[in-house]
Parts: sequence; C-alpha cells; structure tokens
Amino acid sequence: MSLLDVSGLGIGFGGLRAVDNVGFSAEPGEIVSIIGPNGAGKTTLFNMISGVYLPDSGHVRLDGRDVTGAAPHRLARMGLTRTFQNLQIFQDMTVLENVIVGFHQSESGALLSDLLALPAARKRSEIARMQARELLRRVRLDKAAEELAGNLSYGALKRLEIVRALAMQPRVLLLDEPAAGCNAVETEEIDHLIVELAQSGIAILLVEHDMKMVMRISNHVVVLDHGEKIAEGSPESVSKNPDVIAAYLGAGDEESVDADS
Amino acid sequence: MKLSSKWVQLAALAVLVAVLPLFFPSGYYYRVGALIFVNGLAVTGLVILIGYAGQISLGHAGFAGIGGYACALAPEHLGLPPSLSILLGAAISALLAVLIGKPILRLRGYYLAVATLGFGILVSMVLTNERALTGGPDGMAVQGLALRKILRGWGWRLSSGEFWYVMSALAMLLGVWIALNLFQSATGRAMRALHGSEVAARTVGIDVARLKLQAFVISAVYASVSGSLLALQNKFVTPDIAGFMHSIELVTMAVLGGVGSVVGAVTGGAILTLLPQVLTVFAEYEQLVLGLVMILVMIFLPRGLLPSIAAKMKGRGE
Repeated sequence: MSLLDVSGLGIGFGGLRAVDNVGFSAEPGEIVSIIGPNGAGKTTLFNMISGVYLPDSGHVRLDGRDVTGAAPHRLARMGLTRTFQNLQIFQDMTVLENVIVGFHQSESGALLSDLLALPAARKRSEIARMQARELLRRVRLDKAAEELAGNLSYGALKRLEIVRALAMQPRVLLLDEPAAGCNAVETEEIDHLIVELAQSGIAILLVEHDMKMVMRISNHVVVLDHGEKIAEGSPESVSKNPDVIAAYLGAGDEESVDADS
Repeated sequence: MKLSSKWVQLAALAVLVAVLPLFFPSGYYYRVGALIFVNGLAVTGLVILIGYAGQISLGHAGFAGIGGYACALAPEHLGLPPSLSILLGAAISALLAVLIGKPILRLRGYYLAVATLGFGILVSMVLTNERALTGGPDGMAVQGLALRKILRGWGWRLSSGEFWYVMSALAMLLGVWIALNLFQSATGRAMRALHGSEVAARTVGIDVARLKLQAFVISAVYASVSGSLLALQNKFVTPDIAGFMHSIELVTMAVLGGVGSVVGAVTGGAILTLLPQVLTVFAEYEQLVLGLVMILVMIFLPRGLLPSIAAKMKGRGE
C-alpha cells in the first residue's frame, strides 16, 4: 500500500476529457514529477488530487483511505496540501502570520476563547508563533517575519508558500511550478528545499517546466499529453522514450515559457 | 497589529470617551455621543465581517431591527425585563444569521450584496406590515431600563442622556475589545486569510464556509445589540431601524473610516454621525455636502480615513 495512490482519475469539462484514466503512486520521501506539454492536464490533475475539482472517475487514496472528492481543508488536515502555480499568498498579513495561519485549524470550539482572549487562546497563539518562526528559519525568511508578505520578492514568496504548507505537517505535498518565474539562484534554493523536504519523509508531487530541475531531483516521472498518461518511469528512461520526445516536439518550444492552463 | 497594540487602541478610545463630556456645552451632546457609540458598535461588527473576513452585507440593519423590536416586544408580551430582551434579540439574530448565512454565504461579491440586501428589506417589510404586533410604520414605545432607577437608589443621579452615554460607551468598548482579541487570534487570522485567498486558505486546513458563517453571526449579534441600545435610549422604535438606508449608512461608516481597522471604522462612524449635525449650517444643501465629503474621501483616501492617514504619516516618518 502506497502513501498516495491515484488510480483511473479523470474529469471532463463540457465535451472535453481534460484528464482521462491517470494513475500513479508515491511513497514517503519520494519526489514524483508530472510533466507534459501545455494543456496536458497537469494542473487539472493536481486540482483533483487536492480536492479543488471533483473527479468524475477514479480514486485518490491516502494511506489506503479513499479520499476522492474530499474538501481541500479536510485533505490538508489529513496531511495532503499544495502550493499554486500563480502565487496564493495572504498579501495583507505579515510573513509570520502567513505561516501561523496553518497551525491549529483543526481544533474546534475555540471561537469563544479567541473572542475573549482567554489564556488557552493566547497560549495556542504563542506556541504557533514559535513553531512558525522555526519553519521560517529553515528557509531563511525569519528576518522578514514581521514584514507584510506583499513586500517580499517573488522568489521569497515562492519559498513562503512552501513553508506555509509545511505548517500543516503534510505527508504529501503538491508543488505546482514552484520555480516558475524564479531566477537561477532562486531556482536552486527551491531545488534544495524540495530535496530536503523529501529527505524528511514527505512525498512530493511536482509539476515543473524546468526540465533540468525535474531530471535532477525526481525519483519518478509521469508524462501527460492531452490528458492521458503516455509514459512513466525513472527520469532517464522517460527522457529517452520516443512518445515523450514526440509529444514535446509536437508541442513546439513555447511550452517551457508559458504557464500551464 | 498594524496601527498599534490592542491596549493602546482601547485606552485611546476609553480616554476619549471619558474626556469628551468635559467639552459638552449642553446635555444634548450626551445624546449625540451615545448615538456615535451605538453606531460604533454596529460598525465594529461590520469590520469583522467586511474587514476581517472580506464578506459584504447590505442588510445588517435587519439584525438591528430584530434587536430593537425584541426590546419593544419581549417586555410587553413575554414579561421579560428589557436588559434580558437585549440578549433574546441577540440570540434570535444569531439564529437567523445561521439560517440565512448558510445558503447565502456561498455567494460572492455582488451576489452576496444583493442577497443580504434582500434579507434586510424582508425584515423591514415584516416590521412595517405586521401592524397588530409592531404598530406598523408608526413604530412602538419601548420601556426604559430598570438599571437607571437602581443607580438612582444608590445615589447616582444620572440624566437619561448621561446614563445612555455611559452605557453605550461601555457596550462599544466591550465590542471593540472583543474585535481586537479576534484580530490576533487563530480564528481572526483564518478569517483574514480567507479574505486574502480562499483557495489558499483551504490548503492550510481552513474550513472557509464555517468561518464565513462565524463572521456573519458575530457581526449580526453586534448589529442586534446596537439596535437594542438604540431602541432603549430613544424609548421608541420604528421600522426605519431595519431599513435599507440604515444598512447602507453602517457600511459607509465602516468603509469611510477604514474597514480593515476597528478604530478607523469607529472613527468613520463618529464622523458620519456628527457630520449631519455640523452640516445643518448648509441648510437644504446638507445632503449634497455630505455626499461630496464621502466622494472626496474615497477618491483621496481610498483605504479609508484612518488607515490612509496612518500610512501617510508613517511614510513621512521614515
């Protein structure tokens, strides 16, 4: 039994099968990359796994438990969370608050003590604050902790988004183009961060257009084209696969620049 | 916290409330002051809904109406003392907020605005049309609070204006304290997060629907208590309390003052309560000038009065 097991997943929009019958699995500590030309359905696949879209066929299993179609916040509390291709940061909150938000969301019945600032609420906040600072230190954002997130550089925001997800103590982390729009130095930082996270036992699902990065850090690569899985395997075997080469040549070379749909 | 810490803001408000009467030329100003605080309370509730959670309501006067009429009806029909009627009104408002909030908070932006608008109109229509119970458009009388008599028994002889000045101020300060507590708490952070990005809020485990509902219910209770206090101090209540104009007034106060900050919104409430009194010198042009002031503020201080000014001062200081 795998940590994450995706089988036969598919969804249609109107007459179009955006994703059809896609399956793969991921183990703790593994980096699984999902690649493919623009419009291949990578982000759609992510949206189904993370509960944003309800798939019309197939299953997502987390630790053997069927979580197909579970709400995103439930999945997050179960240890499956994600980042977004177009940054989704809480701009009007401080960097520290962006990370703290993830703590303690599963506790219910806390509203009254929050309204009255009871000691229990303040203690929870204090603990969360310390844990969040520790996470920020890991990605060297601790110095910017009290700044408004909106003031950070693009590369720093990309790291912040990943760290925010870590507050959920995820077992499976979906990263949608974590290095998109980053310069070489920023890309390398994110590259290291991802490897480090995998080493700590998190299963990483990665959508990324930077092929060098994908080939360097992935354990396993799944190739999508027109919503279907056309190949999977080790980075070396996939890069030599004639179907994969044909899909990429057919798509032209804009795909490495443009964002996925 | 952005402007300053919770206690500084609270202390500043409390000092202002305590010092202002020293400058009152006549007893009439206690009534104006009390009105400011009552509005300030309702506006603070809207800061939680609009400023924290990013959800709009154009129908919150409906909850003020429920609070107001609870204080008129419960003592007469249920024999409940007016003080407990405030709580009854708040409970009914909270319950109603849950019932209507569940379906309509799925809507966003304009759609939510129109749905809440509909709720407000519904309440004011019921209050207007149920003549047998509510006295219709003429409104109905409201009993006074027994507390004033008790205080008199203890030798505290407060005029009605003075008494309500103190009561409304205490209610507002309590409301502001709670709103500031919420801002810094896990629940408040989650509300601000869903305001920033709903889709991202979900990925950090925030139950977006539940939090929107909490914000809606809390702000409904604020509006309800504000309506109760208004009815009690006027000793009279009409369906206007639940009217469309009152809803719009409350939102305008919050946005004008700065809907992201409690103190800003309360300031907005104070200004919009005072302006009509000040602008009476313009006689028939009063409404015109009022409108002009609001337009100019929104053009030149788009984040609202207080936050915009605070940002400018900070920029100059650095």
